[in-house]
Amino acid sequence: MIGVLALQGNVREHVTALTACGAQARPIRRPEELSGIDGIVIPGGESTTIGKLAVDFGLLDPLRKLLAEGMPAFGSCAGMIMLADRVLDGRPDQQTIGGIDMTVRRNAFGRQVDSFETTLRLHGVPGDPLPAVFIRAPWVESVGEGVEVLARISGGPADGRIVAVRQRHLMATSFHPELTNDRRVHQLFIDMVTRAAKDRAAERGLVAE
Amino acid sequence: MSVDSTAADQPVESSAAPTTTGTARVKRGMAEMLKGGVIMDVVTPEQAKIAEDAGAVAVMALERVPADIRAQGGVARMSDPDLIEAIMDAVSIPVMAKVRIGHFVEAQVLQAIGVDYIDESEVLTPADETHHIDKWRFTVPFVCGATDLGEALRRISEGAAMIRSKGEAGTGNVVEATRHMRQIRAGIRRLTVADEDELYAAAKELRAPYELVREVAETGKLPVVLFTAGGIATPADAAMMMQLGAEGIFVGSGIFKSGDPAKRAAAIVQATTFYDDPDVIAKVSRGLGEPMVGINVSTLPESDRLANRGW
Repeated sequence: MIGVLALQGNVREHVTALTACGAQARPIRRPEELSGIDGIVIPGGESTTIGKLAVDFGLLDPLRKLLAEGMPAFGSCAGMIMLADRVLDGRPDQQTIGGIDMTVRRNAFGRQVDSFETTLRLHGVPGDPLPAVFIRAPWVESVGEGVEVLARISGGPADGRIVAVRQRHLMATSFHPELTNDRRVHQLFIDMVTRAAKDRAAERGLVAE
Repeated sequence: MSVDSTAADQPVESSAAPTTTGTARVKRGMAEMLKGGVIMDVVTPEQAKIAEDAGAVAVMALERVPADIRAQGGVARMSDPDLIEAIMDAVSIPVMAKVRIGHFVEAQVLQAIGVDYIDESEVLTPADETHHIDKWRFTVPFVCGATDLGEALRRISEGAAMIRSKGEAGTGNVVEATRHMRQIRAGIRRLTVADEDELYAAAKELRAPYELVREVAETGKLPVVLFTAGGIATPADAAMMMQLGAEGIFVGSGIFKSGDPAKRAAAIVQATTFYDDPDVIAKVSRGLGEPMVGINVSTLPESDRLANRGW
């Protein structure tokens, strides 16, 4: 079971994408709803709103704890900001869950008139390039040592900018795979969740023996 | 923008993929990101900050809130670009602004300033009594008001990337928002149970393109995000509209015409997220101070009803 943080944003599209891949998914708005999930998706939306509601309704600390314990998480756009340890051009009091050792710049590509579609190659997703929709999107300004860069912008004024990353069980994209019918990024995340669940089960097995 | 050095240590794709701005997916996608959120009318940068602090997903920048437009009368037009830019500079969330129905040059101006969404709004005095703006011609996305499904689909056929039920702006009275949201949802429900051969007649009755009618019949929803507007003044109002099927809320005069705008704004945001949880709505409804006074819509003369503007 994969949770989708449902405080604000495009929750439904993520649930649809996950279930289309054969996974079970449910929205999460309260701390008690976090029990029994094997992974969590932080959707696109307004990161200042999601961050504020996560504080108001006591979700920030439980989520930090779960991610620190190894629960897989995937964030798109605002979700990427929520998973970043450091945010530029955010509100001074902006709170994130954190977990990925990266600095993210909010609205880095500009305003809505600069929002765009393109295709790009994402490490770990073989085959045709992925369609990628960027909406007032952030980019990754810099990453720490343990962070794997999965995709960069190629060409144009933002050439070379990092737009997808992974640090162990945490993955984030600047763009919105949930707005397209290409499910490969969600499938990649489901594979991460399945593997993490297996590892945990194996660990428990060892302890039991 | 400058290219920084982060690219240097990694292999870069040799062939650059083309990028496209202003596509339907990018415009409609922007509205998808606002879902479950509250968009607040603001008339100063200070109000915009209060809205952002309260958790608004966007602000609507204007010179007068609908309640004042209603009270003061006269022709209501697009706001001064200086004011809109001051608000854009004050907050990091998206900024919307209104143009008169049919006034495509006001829209060109707002696109040039770089606002994130344009509301072609019945709250301002219409500039064209026959034609709405051809919204496909713009890179910036548009939201338009609608009182029923046919009106919503006509706006979508003109390129609207988001719909809001009209309600009756500046009244602080939710009755018209309720009526319009129910009408839109009922129209959608009717299509989902219609036989395929009935959709042609339905399109004719709705005065909307057959392709859009068919899409709604198949998917059971509009092809764009549906918000509500016009008269929402309390957390319970917002939650009711969400339960009636709105995907998010516009609050105009309801916040900054009330006693404690910051507190009321935050309460409406929380009630919109937990719209189906009466305990949360009860909690956030306490001690909000004076709501805006409000107007009884049934005593409003037809000529003063903003929802009648647009067709």
